[in-house]
Amino acid sequence: MATVRVQRDDFDPGAEAEALARGRTDVGAVASFVGYCRDEGGKLAALELEHYCGMAEEEIARAAREAEARWPLIAVTVIHRYGRLAPGERIVFVAVAAAHRGAAFAAAEMLMDYLKTRAPFWKRAIRVDGAAEGWVEAKTDDDRSAARWSRDAAASSGS
Amino acid sequence: MKALYFAWVRERVGKAEEELSPPAGVTTVADLIAWLAKQGEGYAHAFEKPLAVRAALDRVHARSDASIAGAKEVAFFPPMTGG
Repeated sequence: MATVRVQRDDFDPGAEAEALARGRTDVGAVASFVGYCRDEGGKLAALELEHYCGMAEEEIARAAREAEARWPLIAVTVIHRYGRLAPGERIVFVAVAAAHRGAAFAAAEMLMDYLKTRAPFWKRAIRVDGAAEGWVEAKTDDDRSAARWSRDAAASSGS
Repeated sequence: MKALYFAWVRERVGKAEEELSPPAGVTTVADLIAWLAKQGEGYAHAFEKPLAVRAALDRVHARSDASIAGAKEVAFFPPMTGG
């Protein structure tokens, strides 16, 4: 049911969010999130996003199925970009349509937490000075954020 | 089995993918990592901290104790930083 797209191109978040409710009368809420590339205080020139083609789509779809099993959702759209992204550019989009806002907000937040820790994407930071560039390290905060959605410890390990 | 490497694992190994034929006795993801670490300098560097490397079998996250029997594709990569 979820729409999952992994693409190099930009997207229109307004149009994507609106599309979830268009032509329907059962949608009471659409919650959406857009993640952007930020410049880290002027130090970052760009991010290079690498992904595991095939698994990225499948893993996002698995997360969407978990969200759908957990809350009564009407529609889900997830878009994740890859390639070189400059500060200010959109990276990721999650939108959830439901009858009520509680489910829409919660599912959108869970999907973002899962995306950060389970979707196979890796960011390389390209600095303005050109010298020090490197792979962005995973944050333990992100693991904690994702773990709070787990029903048990086994589910959080991604097995 | 086909092996795929991503991010700094790919850079250290020096290739994005290859065909692997591990010997009998290599039955789990952890065994495979230990065997790969002995395949040369780049591999040793990539797998020097086995716990820092994540794995997937046939495009599904796998723990280090997961069996590799029957897997067609194995992937190794650092903890993910998408979103």
